[in-house]
Amino acid sequence: MLTDLEKKIITLLQTDIPVVKRPFLEMAQKIGITEDEFLAVLNKLNDQGMIRRFGATLKHQKSGFKANAMVAWKVDEDQVEDTGNIMAGFQEITHCYRRNPAPGWKYNLYTMVHAATEDECYDIAQKISKATGQDEYELLFSRKELKKTSMKYFED
Amino acid sequence: MTEIDSINKDILNTIQLDFPIHARPYKIIAEKLGLEEDQLIQRIRQMKKDLLIRRIGGNFSPDKLGYHSTLCAAMVPEDKIEEFTRTVNSFKGVTHNYKRDHEFNIWFTFIEPSMDRIEHNLALISQKTGVTTILNLPATRVFKISANFKL
Repeated sequence: MLTDLEKKIITLLQTDIPVVKRPFLEMAQKIGITEDEFLAVLNKLNDQGMIRRFGATLKHQKSGFKANAMVAWKVDEDQVEDTGNIMAGFQEITHCYRRNPAPGWKYNLYTMVHAATEDECYDIAQKISKATGQDEYELLFSRKELKKTSMKYFED
Repeated sequence: MTEIDSINKDILNTIQLDFPIHARPYKIIAEKLGLEEDQLIQRIRQMKKDLLIRRIGGNFSPDKLGYHSTLCAAMVPEDKIEEFTRTVNSFKGVTHNYKRDHEFNIWFTFIEPSMDRIEHNLALISQKTGVTTILNLPATRVFKISANFKL
């Protein structure tokens, strides 16, 4: 279980790290601990795999990745493991998950594709289709970002 | 869009992944990239101002923190999208929401302390908006997560 101090540090880390010479000192002072104590907890959370990624999050539309498609695949269950592993190897793919199908929705494997244009997204999907031998898929292009935030854990 | 110069590209490629857990993180990055610490700090500040960098911080694994997450897909009539979006987005646990070109046109993620809470919230959303076709599609296997954009 997480201690209160760990939870406090998590709530700070999910905000924005200051761009100053000693950012963790500034954050540590906010909760009345030393910089070393702060870094020790941060290292521990990181080692335990609680931090999925630590660093900058980009506004990717601004960095040239203007098209984003969710590609939904229908893959035989006994091929999901192999297929998912091949898909994960593509640099153009940022996310790859298996999810259960649902009524009116037959797909069970999902990949997120980011590229400069929609045509490129189609090309990437085709390339993946060739590499995996899977050809039952659909591209769902994002038309509008309605919300994008980071989860704020332990803040009620 | 302003062109991103090669120094900024290097910076962005580095700080997305290898942000040092160290008392002087910017100094370490600067040394790695052959820059001065002050110069690096100036450039990062500018890229935040230009909104190229959304934020610098930790992204946590919901399951490791005892939370449950899912992806939801809703079939929403065009004239109801605004109201539906307002209702869905009012939940703190909804972190991403996109309109996509499909009959399942609204796709959002939900993170809550339990799956029951997610289902309860989806029922509330249906009740409030009249949109009853909402799929709850939790991941059963994760092959890759890397919100890392090579520039």
